[in-house]
Amino acid sequence: MALMVVKFDLKKRVKLAQTVWFMYWFAVLAGILLLSLGLFFKIELRKRSELMDNNESHFLPNLLIIMGLIACGINAFGGKVCYDSLDPLKFVKWKTVLKPFLVFCVVFNALLLVTALFCFVMRIPLQFTLAEGLKNGMKYYKDSDTPGRCYMKRTLDLMQMEFRCCGNDNYRDWFEIQWVSNRYLDFSAKEVKDRIGSNVDGQYLMDGVPFSCCNPGSPRPCIQQQMTNNSAHYSYDHYTEELNVWKRGCRDALLSYYGGIMNTIGALVVLISVTVGLQYVQSSLSSLANPEDVESESEGFLLEKSVKETFTDIMTKMKTMGKGVKVEEGGEEGIATRE
Amino acid sequence: MTLLKMKFNQQRRVRLAQGLWLMSWLAVTGGAFIFCLGVYLKTELLRRDEVMENAEIHVVPNILMMVGLASMGTNWVASRVCQDSLDVSRFPRWKVPLLAWFAMAALLCCLLLTVVVLSYALQGSLEDSLKVGLRNGIRFYKDTDVPGRCFQKETIDRLQMEFRCCGNNNFKDWFEVQWVSSRYLDFTSQEVKDRIRSNVDGRYLLDGVPFSCCNPASPRPCLQNHLTDSRAHYNYEYQSEELNLYSRGCRQALTDYYMGLMNSTGPGVLSLFSCVQMSVLLSMRYLQTAVEAAIASENPEGESEGYLLDKGVKETYQDVRAKVLGLLKFGQVDPSEDASGAAEGAKTADTEKAATPTPAS
Repeated sequence: MALMVVKFDLKKRVKLAQTVWFMYWFAVLAGILLLSLGLFFKIELRKRSELMDNNESHFLPNLLIIMGLIACGINAFGGKVCYDSLDPLKFVKWKTVLKPFLVFCVVFNALLLVTALFCFVMRIPLQFTLAEGLKNGMKYYKDSDTPGRCYMKRTLDLMQMEFRCCGNDNYRDWFEIQWVSNRYLDFSAKEVKDRIGSNVDGQYLMDGVPFSCCNPGSPRPCIQQQMTNNSAHYSYDHYTEELNVWKRGCRDALLSYYGGIMNTIGALVVLISVTVGLQYVQSSLSSLANPEDVESESEGFLLEKSVKETFTDIMTKMKTMGKGVKVEEGGEEGIATRE
Repeated sequence: MTLLKMKFNQQRRVRLAQGLWLMSWLAVTGGAFIFCLGVYLKTELLRRDEVMENAEIHVVPNILMMVGLASMGTNWVASRVCQDSLDVSRFPRWKVPLLAWFAMAALLCCLLLTVVVLSYALQGSLEDSLKVGLRNGIRFYKDTDVPGRCFQKETIDRLQMEFRCCGNNNFKDWFEVQWVSSRYLDFTSQEVKDRIRSNVDGRYLLDGVPFSCCNPASPRPCLQNHLTDSRAHYNYEYQSEELNLYSRGCRQALTDYYMGLMNSTGPGVLSLFSCVQMSVLLSMRYLQTAVEAAIASENPEGESEGYLLDKGVKETYQDVRAKVLGLLKFGQVDPSEDASGAAEGAKTADTEKAATPTPAS
């Protein structure tokens, strides 16, 4: 018993073909959208690759770009087939290709859903990459004279100002590293000698942060140095001071930014695959509904037999194919079982 | 002698109407684009409203928006006229409105030219407005507890960070103003007392700048305090230090930004649009005269002549002047009690007399 049988006369077939043609071109636009989303994400990752130690994974944007291109291709092909479907002469040459094409489309739709799943899941490796990259970035902040790292200071400063964040987890991360280059330290001064002597590695550590951590919304001019020393500044209590520097850590800020992009892209991909999937249903109806005689009525269906029977059919086919490959000596028998 | 006469047969008239219809829709799109341009410019000016003292520069986006809307309406009317132009029964009703249309289209072209001129001419006014606005902003930087001024600090900080500038003319403007609020000054300390005594007004002046002046591209962590004292910082030379702070003044930065905005869009877009508008105007004139001549002749489908002006430029000008003066004379009190014919006779004599005197009138 065929699945979802619908009767078609010429007018209905024409209307169906038109609708499906239109939906195929809509799907091409969706494919272009997918491609541009992949490109956008790739560019965003490239922009801040310095902060991720240049080893961020470009797997997801590349996948999106490839899926977008394939979507454009097969939907354009589908549109062409649809356009020819009402002309029996032209349609004959497409008839043989049609069934595998539809199967391929179903597989592609499943792949789209997998891509959407990736979008939501890739957040986790990104978190680790960001944590590692930011830690190294802060370490190289002072190396503005080392070739290859001389722009790290500017990148980090601009990022902290743009994303309104300070340090990796919070501003105290700056207390643990030396972010002032030795070129600007007077090693004959007592204060410098004290600070260098105060830790094992001989680093100039201070309880201060760079200027890019400052919050413009603070009512008070920014306090950057001696932040933990309440007596160093008039009317200042570092436990209750909230608006002076940005409270959020840059890892959180960047993660929520990229996470937002990936979630949006994932949602759009799900939407695209659902919309496009629906029209494959219609297209299978349309393709199977074209008989040789143009003017007569015809029946269109999704599947020749019911779902259960089709499934058992596919399973038997697969089993026989497997048997055919195994039994090489009994060649005739293999052929017989396949038949 | 007619100006720029051209012959039109029925096919050419149809072609002219079709071309004009297309061009008028193109001009409608152009008008919408100009309107959006005006809106964008106005939004950008309003965003920095707090550092501008007067709103004289707003006349540019206002005119742009008006011109955009007016041209959309005018060119839509032109497309309607085109559609009616080949229908003999419907075209005559456009006879009088077309005169108003021509005046409107000419006015639009003039306004566009005015906008381009204004956008250059108002640069001085913009600079002055910014000078006063920024000076006030810097003065009230410390007043984060005064209602009405509590956001000046954040505004100025964000402005300096976004436009990469410092102070009004340069960073030294911050040396002349107390930008640290008295709430955060310890008046018992010797340093504060010294500084307050060092000037007449008793202000806490220092040779330092806020953090928003810092340049991220500097290889060295930002130096904000004791800027003029080369000994206060290791390996620091006040005269030769260039990258530490932004060297540009905010007035210059903002002026450059707005002038760039107006000059990049102004001449290009507006001259293109006024070309389109002029061609619509001329084509409409040809269409009007050709169709009217065709309707007036015995054979509406036959050939007709289209022209720009009925007589030469000089004669048309004198005609128009005479008409306008006649209208003006109509308004005055007429002592003659004869019929309007005698009054009109007097009027024609008057206009002739008025036409001959010197062009001082």
